[in-house]
Amino acid sequence: MVDLSVDIGNLQLKNPVMTASGTFGYGEEYRDFVDISALGGIIVKGTTGSHREGNPYPRMAETPMGMLNAVGLQNKGVDVFLSETWPRIRTFRTNVLVNVSGSTVEEYVEIASKIAEVKDIPGIELNISCPNVKEGGMTFGTSCPSAIAVTRAVREVFPRHLMVKLSPNVTDIVEIAKGVEGAGADSVSLINTLLGMAIDAETWRPLLSTVTGGLSGPCIKPVALRMVWQVASAVKIPVVGLGGISSATDAVEFLLAGASAVQVGTANFVDPSVSGRIVDGLAGYMQRHNIEKITDIIGGLDVS
Amino acid sequence: MSKKYITDFVILENRRHTHEFVILTLQHPEMLPQMFPGQFAEVRVDGSPQTYLRRPLSIHDVDYKNNTIKLLIQEVGPGTRRLASMKSGEKLNLVYPLGTYYSLPDKKRVLLVGGGCGVAPLLFLGRYLKENGIDPRFLVGARSENDLVELDAYRELGDVYITTEDGSRGTRGFVIHHPVMKTFEPDFDWLYTCGPEPMMRVLAKYSRERNITCEVSLENKMACGIGACLCCVTPTIEGNKCTCTDGPVFNANYLKW
Ligand SMILES: Cc1cc2nc3c(=O)[nH]c(=O)nc-3n(C[C@H](O)[C@H](O)[C@H](O)COP(=O)(O)OP(=O)(O)OC[C@H]3O[C@@H](n4cnc5c(N)ncnc54)[C@H](O)[C@@H]3O)c2cc1C
Ligand SMILES: Cc1cc2nc3c(=O)[nH]c(=O)nc-3n(C[C@H](O)[C@H](O)[C@H](O)COP(=O)(O)O)c2cc1C
Ligand code: FES
Repeated sequence: MVDLSVDIGNLQLKNPVMTASGTFGYGEEYRDFVDISALGGIIVKGTTGSHREGNPYPRMAETPMGMLNAVGLQNKGVDVFLSETWPRIRTFRTNVLVNVSGSTVEEYVEIASKIAEVKDIPGIELNISCPNVKEGGMTFGTSCPSAIAVTRAVREVFPRHLMVKLSPNVTDIVEIAKGVEGAGADSVSLINTLLGMAIDAETWRPLLSTVTGGLSGPCIKPVALRMVWQVASAVKIPVVGLGGISSATDAVEFLLAGASAVQVGTANFVDPSVSGRIVDGLAGYMQRHNIEKITDIIGGLDVS
Repeated sequence: MSKKYITDFVILENRRHTHEFVILTLQHPEMLPQMFPGQFAEVRVDGSPQTYLRRPLSIHDVDYKNNTIKLLIQEVGPGTRRLASMKSGEKLNLVYPLGTYYSLPDKKRVLLVGGGCGVAPLLFLGRYLKENGIDPRFLVGARSENDLVELDAYRELGDVYITTEDGSRGTRGFVIHHPVMKTFEPDFDWLYTCGPEPMMRVLAKYSRERNITCEVSLENKMACGIGACLCCVTPTIEGNKCTCTDGPVFNANYLKW
């Protein structure tokens, strides 16, 4: 038997495979395709202080080996999440983290305080990197002082696991990772989507209602790997890697680069059963390579 | 919501009907789950860089005895072109059955109106209505007679009316110009439609003015097809709703049209 379990700070995962926010709904959408309890964790949709309708259609454009999205955090708000959604999904036998998004530091704090009161939610992922909302969102994650400020403020009100999700749309992601580490984050996850756009040459129109949107999928994997490697080399808190992961081999690459766990995002759209298959694939990889504990892979990259 | 599956089908037949329409017949190794007209499948094309995401396609027809389903494909881009070129024996992976479906009417007189690839769900719907004791009638709109697909299959189920934009067959013009529509008191009380959005909007308005129930099927761009990504939304009287799970079939009055 191989040991797939990993710890990210105070969070214990039965394996390093989680699903990424905004790509796995509330988990319920995938019930027919994946045994949710076989996953290391799931991160539910971005949750804001109050109801948001999101951006106008069209919100999606396919690009080579990936897609652009401009959903804009459509969700019913934290109160409805806690009163209606959470009671339905709390029985999932895995770590369910809530992705938290705000426009102001006060909004982040308000959401985190409300979630803090629901003791069986093991942690939150602070989304300071959403490129699809005009105010707040990514602006918190692209400036070091504001990333630190929002992390510190949320840390004060949220006692359980605090994962901070970093934006790749920055000059120096390492500086921001170190900043949020200093502000009390328990872990960092990266990367969120890369800001991009697509144009219809026939109509001279953008393909997204918002003109620009977030790029995801296999096309961003090399950028994500590079950033995970840079950040993991620079911080002491655990790093959770994501960006284009579609197979167990992809997951192994992120672990080798220094990630303690991974998240599967856009690949869930292409194959709704992929997250479960990545867990199985990791076990197979370890057997083939005679590795007993998955933690022996983490940061194993040989750059000599 | 019915259970969804992810399954490999084998292509039994690829039959070209016009220069841009083909019908694929797919066979499943085991018994098919129950499907309803208007539901769709998310079809994995070949994972090439241009066809990374699945393509949503309506279930055109179902044969539970032989475990086969049909897809009607209009070639418009790399994904549909690749699908149209697939050969019998090749495998195709489907996530299905997805979405809402057309409802059985509480009135007897119905009209099914399709334009372009929007005729796709109407054959299955016609058969379903017939099995439930309702005689379907079809109104099909096309650019020209060369774009009309499979009329015989519809004729087996009921009357078929035709409009073509160039007048090469049937009434010249759009579906709204056909004589069955050209009266304030038409001889139907329920209208089912699928096709280009401008056509469906005209039909929705027509129905609203005459107090006719109108069900439309939307073709929004989708990434997941299962309600997870929120990319496919359409504005409704209750806010943005997913076309893939709250639709694709909607009562026209529910939409902000
Ligand atoms: C519920 C539903 C049922 C459908 N049923 C049928 C059918 O039975 N027969 C048929 O021929 N077509 C149908 N369509 C439209 C079909 O999905 C698109 O024509 C197809 O995805 C185009 O892919 P492409 O690679 O050939 O073209 P491209 O235009 O190159 O596609 C690029 C991207 O845009 C998306 N896209 C482009 N046009 C559409 C569209 N009209 N609707 C949704 N997504 C689109 C594609 O999925 C892809 O991600 C249906 C669409 C929906 C939403
Ligand atoms: C449709 C869609 C919606 C997303 N919504 C969120 C969100 O609400 N919060 C968030 O932190 N990230 C969100 N993301 C970003 C993903 O969680 C992930 O960081 C990104 O897609 C890169 O990973 P991938 O290439 O594996 O998809 C979204 C991505 C997509 C494609
Ligand atoms: S296509 Fe993803 S929610 Fe409808």
